[in-house]
Amino acid sequence: MLNQLRPALVLLIALTAITGLAYPLAMTGIAGVIFPAKAGGSLIERDGRVVGSSLIGQSFTSERYFQGRPSATSAADPTDATKTVPAPYNAANSSGSNLGPTSAALAERVKADVAARQAENPGRPVPVDLVTTSGSGLDPDVSPDAALFQVPRVAKARNLSENRVRSLVEAQVQGRLLGILGEPRVNMLALNLALDGLSPK
Amino acid sequence: MTINGWIQIALFCAVVLALARPLGGYMTRVFTGERTFLSPVLAPVERGLYRVAGINSAQEQHWLAYALSMLAFHVLGFLALYALLRVQAVLPFNPDGQSAVAPDLAFNTSTSFVTNTNWQSYGGETTMSYLTQMLGLTHQNFLSAATGIALAVALVRGFSRASAKTVGSFWVDLTRTTLYVLLPLCMVLTLFYVWQGIPQTLGGAVEATTLEGAKQTIAVGPVASQVAIKMLGTNGGGFFNVNAAHPFENPTALSNFVQILSIFAIGAAMTNVFGRMVGDERQGWAILSAMGVLFLAGTAVVYWAESAGSPVLNSFGLTGGNMEGKEVRFGIVASALFAAVTTAASCGAVNAMHDSFTALGGMIPMINMQLGEIIVGGVGAGLYGILVFVIVTIFVAGLMVGRTPEYLGKKIEGREVKMAMLAILCLPLMMLGFTALATVVAAGLAGPANAGPHGFSEILYAFTSAAANNGSAFGGLTANTAFYNTTLGIGMLFGRFFVIVPALAIAGSLAAKKTVPASAGTFPTHGGLFVGLLVGVILIVGGLTFFPALALGPIVEHLAGGLGQTYPVGG
Repeated sequence: MLNQLRPALVLLIALTAITGLAYPLAMTGIAGVIFPAKAGGSLIERDGRVVGSSLIGQSFTSERYFQGRPSATSAADPTDATKTVPAPYNAANSSGSNLGPTSAALAERVKADVAARQAENPGRPVPVDLVTTSGSGLDPDVSPDAALFQVPRVAKARNLSENRVRSLVEAQVQGRLLGILGEPRVNMLALNLALDGLSPK
Repeated sequence: MTINGWIQIALFCAVVLALARPLGGYMTRVFTGERTFLSPVLAPVERGLYRVAGINSAQEQHWLAYALSMLAFHVLGFLALYALLRVQAVLPFNPDGQSAVAPDLAFNTSTSFVTNTNWQSYGGETTMSYLTQMLGLTHQNFLSAATGIALAVALVRGFSRASAKTVGSFWVDLTRTTLYVLLPLCMVLTLFYVWQGIPQTLGGAVEATTLEGAKQTIAVGPVASQVAIKMLGTNGGGFFNVNAAHPFENPTALSNFVQILSIFAIGAAMTNVFGRMVGDERQGWAILSAMGVLFLAGTAVVYWAESAGSPVLNSFGLTGGNMEGKEVRFGIVASALFAAVTTAASCGAVNAMHDSFTALGGMIPMINMQLGEIIVGGVGAGLYGILVFVIVTIFVAGLMVGRTPEYLGKKIEGREVKMAMLAILCLPLMMLGFTALATVVAAGLAGPANAGPHGFSEILYAFTSAAANNGSAFGGLTANTAFYNTTLGIGMLFGRFFVIVPALAIAGSLAAKKTVPASAGTFPTHGGLFVGLLVGVILIVGGLTFFPALALGPIVEHLAGGLGQTYPVGG
């Protein structure tokens, strides 16, 4: 066993230095030079302040904004550190709901959300992604259907014509890559920034 | 299910197949010590390492020495990682002030990364410092993957050599795999991933003020370099809690496609390496075909189940499949495909929450793991895993016609079959044994987040994943407890080493045998009949053991869900 120790020790240290330090640090350096914005987290600034990341969803609750999907992320309870409280779109603690298909809690939550959405836009089927939590709790996107579903509410809250808001949404739809990979989607932060940029009419 | 969905699946399979031969050719050159186009840069580094380590690269090892080297390396790696986890709080590269990791979690995590499982009882962004992520976890991602590949190569040498005493040098295989295969590919992949939007920074979490004026703390870090190896090395341990579902770990449909490709790339190419080293590439293609049959069948079921959705939720008027726990940019098909790939290989990364899959959609990943992850499988581990099944298949075929079975000119005798069965039986013992234990002790029953049959599935999935060295989870299970950290850790150790050591014993025993020329009575092992027989043996010997357990979990849940039954926690 002893004659195994020298190669084991030397290779462990040397390969650790190569793969655990040299590799990530070199990659950090190179990526920072070639893709500085992306390496830093694709942050978006408005008026000199960071308003979020284009890849990370954020919580929108106002009638005036398009709202993303429900989020199952949580944070430590400020009054009792051993417990957690719901904190949607907590980008420091990603999490899904992990509720299974026969969970009563899931069924109740979805039922209530479907009813609320139906009240907002009666007669239109509720898009499934609008009442289900994402895997990360930080999904930046909704489906085009889910964005279009909210057009009447947002238009009313902002006193804009539905057509104008609808064409704004349609302009923000990202299709599948090469028409094949992924799913069509609308980035909520980009859409809402564009919405804030619309002049009142 | 849509036409576009099937096109995405077909495209994936086509690219995996297209990559297998060129990558297999390159890797064969690496393992046989030939020069490659990277040799001018890497050969001096390699020679330097051998000199300092006192390794004679021309000196090969008996299988026992090979196994001892591998174990010594793992023991040291385990101790180093454990120590790092315990003291990370006082070390540099810790901008978010992560504290020391508790002993049971440090044991579980060290075991997990050293065994290529990468089960995570913790959330990365809330637990691990950047130094730990890089020096501890990224580095073990490389070395556990390189170890798996090295062992597979040793076993292949067993088949390809005649009357030989040695199966190669562990130190050389480890070093060459790391330097020539994993590192260069990861450097390219890292830059690709950053281009797609994965962060690579040493800066701490970013504070943003959202459009509605709330504070949002956005965790970042040296993510891309870890994602590259976690996929390529089928490790699967995420930088963030939700792994590849996190937009920073998998931002686009393209990053997703490349990630699942890189999970399968080396594993599929290893079948070609096998074919080349035994002198008949058709033998490799036959094995890959058997893997392909099982893979497509499983993928189709997951895709169908997730597209159909949950009857309970559909009763509220929802259409469009099961989107709970899935990301919009991936949708149903890319999530279903990812789940099938990550559990067929021993990756364990997830881009959607398996816990929220439909009952049958979540059952296939479990079956993929319970079969021993031989469908392409972990890098190296998949090949030695399926070769163990090949030995049993050949044995069964030999019994049918009443002659001593042989494979690639090697007589398969009692010793090989015993070792193969030892490796195969270890998995159900760990998976089912610990699941049974956890369902009767209070500490085990405290774990599941879901009630009813789904709670049982959460436990079964955890021990399945641990023993199979996968690392994916039904994430609702509260696994960061002394009971689960310890039992899962033991499951991982046995699941790794009680497959590796018998596989090496087979390698040694085969290498020592003479090669007998093929005759009219030799069962051809490159045709459809062999592929069919292999698939049958895998399903019957490997799979049937688990049917009763699956009946209690996902199958009952599927039937109950179809009747609209739900289970309240505590009800």
